[in-house]
Amino acid sequence: MIQLNVNGHMHQVDADPRTPLLYVLRNELKLNAAKFGCGLGQCGACTVLIDHEPVFSCLLPISVIDGRYIQTVEGLGSEEKPGPVQRAFLAEQAAQCGYCIPGMMMRAQALLERNAAPSDEQIRDYMAPNLCRCGTHMRILRAVKHAAQLMTAAGHGALREASK
Amino acid sequence: MNARRDFGMTRRHLLATGGVVLVSFTLAPRTLHAQTGQNRQPQVQLPGSLQKSPMLDSWIAIDGAGKITVFTGKAELGQGIMTALIQCAAEELDVPPATITLITADTARTPNEGYTAGSHSMQDSGTAIVNAAAQVRAILVDLAAKKLNMAADQLATKQGAVVAKNGAKVQYKDLVGGLDLHVAAQPNSPLKSPKDFTVIGRSLPRVDIPGKLTGKPMFVQDLRLDGMLHARVVRPPNYHARLIKLEADAIEKMPGVVKVVREGSFLAVVAQDEFQAIEAMNALSAAAQWQVPADLPEQANIFDYLKSLQTRDTTVLEKGTVGQPGARRLQATYHRPYGLHGSIGPSCAIAKFAGDRLTVWTHTQGVFPLRNALADMLHIPKENIRCIQVEGSGCYGHNAADDAAADAALIARTIPGRPIRVQWMREQEHGWEPFGPAMSSQVSAALDDRGKLLEWQYEVWSNTHSTRPAGPAGNLLAARYLEQPFPEPPPKAIPMPEGGGDRNSIPKYALPNARIVYHFIPQMPLRVSALRALGAYHNVFAIESFMDELAAEAKADPVAFRLRHIDDERARAVIEKAAKEFGWKANEKRPRWRGRGFAFAQYKNLAAYCALAVEVHVVRETGEVKLDRIVAAVDSGQAVNPDGIRNQIEGGIVQAASWTLCEEVTFSRTTITSRDWSSFPMMRFPAAPQTVEVHVIDRPGAPFLGTGEAGQGPTAGAIANAVADAIDARIRTLPLSPARVKAAIGV
Repeated sequence: MIQLNVNGHMHQVDADPRTPLLYVLRNELKLNAAKFGCGLGQCGACTVLIDHEPVFSCLLPISVIDGRYIQTVEGLGSEEKPGPVQRAFLAEQAAQCGYCIPGMMMRAQALLERNAAPSDEQIRDYMAPNLCRCGTHMRILRAVKHAAQLMTAAGHGALREASK
Repeated sequence: MNARRDFGMTRRHLLATGGVVLVSFTLAPRTLHAQTGQNRQPQVQLPGSLQKSPMLDSWIAIDGAGKITVFTGKAELGQGIMTALIQCAAEELDVPPATITLITADTARTPNEGYTAGSHSMQDSGTAIVNAAAQVRAILVDLAAKKLNMAADQLATKQGAVVAKNGAKVQYKDLVGGLDLHVAAQPNSPLKSPKDFTVIGRSLPRVDIPGKLTGKPMFVQDLRLDGMLHARVVRPPNYHARLIKLEADAIEKMPGVVKVVREGSFLAVVAQDEFQAIEAMNALSAAAQWQVPADLPEQANIFDYLKSLQTRDTTVLEKGTVGQPGARRLQATYHRPYGLHGSIGPSCAIAKFAGDRLTVWTHTQGVFPLRNALADMLHIPKENIRCIQVEGSGCYGHNAADDAAADAALIARTIPGRPIRVQWMREQEHGWEPFGPAMSSQVSAALDDRGKLLEWQYEVWSNTHSTRPAGPAGNLLAARYLEQPFPEPPPKAIPMPEGGGDRNSIPKYALPNARIVYHFIPQMPLRVSALRALGAYHNVFAIESFMDELAAEAKADPVAFRLRHIDDERARAVIEKAAKEFGWKANEKRPRWRGRGFAFAQYKNLAAYCALAVEVHVVRETGEVKLDRIVAAVDSGQAVNPDGIRNQIEGGIVQAASWTLCEEVTFSRTTITSRDWSSFPMMRFPAAPQTVEVHVIDRPGAPFLGTGEAGQGPTAGAIANAVADAIDARIRTLPLSPARVKAAIGV
């Protein structure tokens, strides 16, 4: 049994320890946000945070994340009570098909936890591992900027700094 | 406003019909004559898709509680069509958009609107729904008139109720008792005046976005059905490989493995758990021995090779005489490579056999055509198959969606009663999807003494742009590898005016003398089909590049040169709008390695108009093209959701910028070598344009014009022109890669 701490909830998982986290999140824990895109760590659709670091969950075996703090989009907020990153993506209508967007939001969350007011260039560089095929890039960039403002306003921006 | 979709797993909308029975639209419609008594006009043209599905209850149902359900045969592909169609219905029904439930493409529930493709959804389905809704509203008003004992023309509708000037009011739900929508649509609808619109023309937030931002099960990949098993397919090493030997015993004993499926050279494995299926797929792949012919052409000579194949030639346009001696003449040849759809989520489908009935959950663009092909492959009546469209990752044309559905159906047939989920792997999607065809064109034009186009000769070579499975199973990948393989049906050219390889081969410019020829190449060395914009991407790239070359020859500003040859007022308006918003100045001097470019097209010469101005700079040392600024103008007719139009055009521009600057499918003599995002790179955030502005020109009351593919061709043209302006040399083969730019500069 492996213990997974996902969005603050502990789960006992009975799966092959080599199983990449993505499949456990999606199939065992029934969390839809992290997506299968390549299984190769090239597109970022599966991005989640582990101890606040963005990782490709399609590659990471569950054996190495026993007990570590895993965050997915489901932990950012809900449809009824969206968190700042979700509200920013909604306000900017930053999706076409939306398949890559959960990965984008998690990487944006990680950035904003480190840097509450990133420059445009910093956002572009930090988001580089994540691919969008619909060409929603301009809206995603605007949404990350917008999220930074919302998080600063809500006092979330300093969260990462404080926990260091 | 939120979208809730039940993906066909419950039929609550159908069961909860209190006052009205929703009758299946598959019943033969009563004839128009019976409805209208107009026997004089047997060939009445109905608006949009009402022509094919004329019964109003095919489109709109109102239950006993007044709850409105709208049905469309079109599918949400990430283009936002659900929101726009809800707006169409809400506007003409006079109800709040949030009260409408929209059911999309499902062979058991919705009208057959063919494919969701070709930027047709608004003109087909949007037009049908606007008209159906207006006619339903009129029926409700008539019922209210009887109930209130007033004349219908004394009544109006507002917020789901019929209201009279004297204050009397009847809610729609109180009218459903006498409501019969199983009537044929009339040719003319009592449409609202655009000046009274309150919903159409507003940028309503997309109904599907909240669920997508919060991890709701919005995609076919997210469905988890009771008892579902996970399958993976092992594809052959190349197109014509055949399985010659397989030892599968050890694989069948692997943990969780339920079954190895082998039918001819079609190979798959089914497991309890997804990761077990992947491990078994890898083991199966290693165990399989194939006969692998090396029968692909040399990539280095691909354009010459394709042109050397037998062609079927069509004269697309013949006007006046060409080849007149003495005129100032230019000629050039342009190429585009094979293109990849490359949806971020590889294709996925779920299929379940229950008795002799098959249900398939699929992100296909055409549930009805797919059903035909599945019926052919499985030798069962199509009535026994239900295809339900559920969104997949972004769809940019004929990708592997239908193939995944066929895989799932074949596997499900061997394990009745269990839903089988097939998820393609990234390397399978890259390697096996049908590519956008490589194309070439040759153009020659002559100018008169005043710098006006005197004549235009254009020839274009291409494979087909559609091998969609619509009937014969041979267009489903798996069907070609079965014990009794289905032959690949002979490819067909898509006829003009829409066209395939010849789409947008006719310039929108005034040409006194012209000859345009399409050389259709039936033989397909690589698997090809529809990729967003089809031949328009290449033809507009070629035409718009050449227009700049001609403008230079005529010593004219590129924008002024285009306007000199434009008669269509709406074309002129988008060109002028894009130029104005960009701040285009004729003969402006630019610093070295900086350039600007312009391009225009009306998609298919009958859909949305789009003009684009681009500013770039080129890094001399690396050959990289940096996109500094892009300004577009678009006219999509009546704009239903302006932000939806902007989103589509913006997306089309950024996607096409990636195609134009960095994308090319590669292959060896034996196989496709573009297998992932490292061997086939696309644009990442640091290379995205610095800014993209899209200006929507609204045309209230004008017909809807398809928008989803309007930006691709102009993007290629404008970037190519900007690069030529920056480096003072013309690159005529896509992509405009750093290597080509450096070669052109001489670095």
